[in-house]
Amino acid sequence: MAGLKENLLELIRRTSAEMPDDVHRVLTESLQAEEKRTTAEFALKTIHANIEIAARKSQPICQDTGSILFYVHVPVGGDQLVFEEAAREAVAEATKKGFLRQNSVDSLTGKNSGTNLGPGTPTFHFTQTRGATAVDVRLILKGGGCENVGAQYSLPDSRLGADRDLKGCRRVILDAVLQAQGKGCGPGVLGVCIGGDRATSYAFSKEQFLRPLDDRNPNPELDALEQEIVATSNQLGIGPMGFGGKTTLLGCKICAVNRLPASYFVSISYMCWAFRRRGVVLSADGGTIEKWLY
Amino acid sequence: MELKTPISEDVIRSLHVGDLVEITGVVHTGRDAVHKFLHDGGSLPVDMRGGVLYHCGPVMVKEDGQWVCKAAGPTTSTREEPYQAGVIQKLGLRAVIGKGGMGDKTLAGCKEFGCVYLHAVGGAAQVLAECIKKVRGVCMLEEFGSPEAVWELEVEKFPCVVTMDSHGGSLHKDVFASSKEKLAKLL
Ligand code: SF4
Repeated sequence: MAGLKENLLELIRRTSAEMPDDVHRVLTESLQAEEKRTTAEFALKTIHANIEIAARKSQPICQDTGSILFYVHVPVGGDQLVFEEAAREAVAEATKKGFLRQNSVDSLTGKNSGTNLGPGTPTFHFTQTRGATAVDVRLILKGGGCENVGAQYSLPDSRLGADRDLKGCRRVILDAVLQAQGKGCGPGVLGVCIGGDRATSYAFSKEQFLRPLDDRNPNPELDALEQEIVATSNQLGIGPMGFGGKTTLLGCKICAVNRLPASYFVSISYMCWAFRRRGVVLSADGGTIEKWLY
Repeated sequence: MELKTPISEDVIRSLHVGDLVEITGVVHTGRDAVHKFLHDGGSLPVDMRGGVLYHCGPVMVKEDGQWVCKAAGPTTSTREEPYQAGVIQKLGLRAVIGKGGMGDKTLAGCKEFGCVYLHAVGGAAQVLAECIKKVRGVCMLEEFGSPEAVWELEVEKFPCVVTMDSHGGSLHKDVFASSKEKLAKLL
């Protein structure tokens, strides 16, 4: 238990201060692609410098350390409550140490809990894996600015001319990119879910952020749509921070789940450039680190 | 181009959308609470004439009796849209720093009173904190709490882009219009 808490604390520190390699790589490619001596290049250079300083000083990449989302695969029989307790302690300690900002506010009174603990924070998503002997923990910190520009569309959408097909999905996803510009600290990454109900659709869209940026969708139609959305978005001239430029999106990840015959939701979560996502594989009791992910 | 505070109206009028600037001198932070407070008739015990207001809720810690800034990225500016033009006039501001841009009322205020909106790089909390050389003072700390207080910061080469100028130009409007047009062709 003590070992588990320490390991989770280190996971939080790394997630807050160190950019995952896959995202860093795409940001570096974007910087090389931008025209020199433009405001777009300035924004990306500043972002790079920021990533470097945060890692060196072990301080948050962005001061908004966001919503704390744990995704955990446990072996069958693994005690989820013990995990939750240890994770809560680790979150409170990480807040005290400044790896996390005090970010949990009572919606009725406006009072900040000061520890990041409270009803609904942090959130846990558990999955049991048969035959597994280790615990796989992934953590996403998602900032408020980018969360605010997420969008959910109900198709058909006559205003956008979007029908219940992949072409319609493409239209609403690109509309979300257009509307998000200048807000949410682009260049960003989209997580998209087609289908589900209003709640599950958004939940699945966020899970797409667990995929490495350079992976490919096993479904050829969705894979083509992912590539196309990134290519088209990067032709719109929105650019980093909405300053204009070539880099509007760093990636787009799409999943599809079943829906009711009456519903057709497309849910889009937007992740800012400060894409904080890390993972760790722990021994079944959580006490030993087997390997770091991402 | 380097902007030294206090900034003259002539200098501000010479700036245009897309210019890169670096601020050296004094900057005051102010966000939701202080805008509402000033709008409701409140006044501050500091003179900001010719100065710069930064939409920022910094992370401050006291080390050996001195305030030190640990992170200082911009916050979203649109929340201050109802108040900003009035605050620019009341305080005699020459520049407002934030992120995400602001609307028509502020744009008109910039034109009338000789002010610009400067966009800092959102999320770049560490780079921007390094430009802050000294925390000179604070007011409204008791009343508003640390993130909402008015911090007086000494900055050196604090980098921003002019995205709204004093001639009615707005990069946000331009990019939105052109990207919308491009998207219509690609749909
Ligand atoms: S949107 Fe992301 S980068 Fe921007 S302030 Fe929020 S967390 Fe930071």
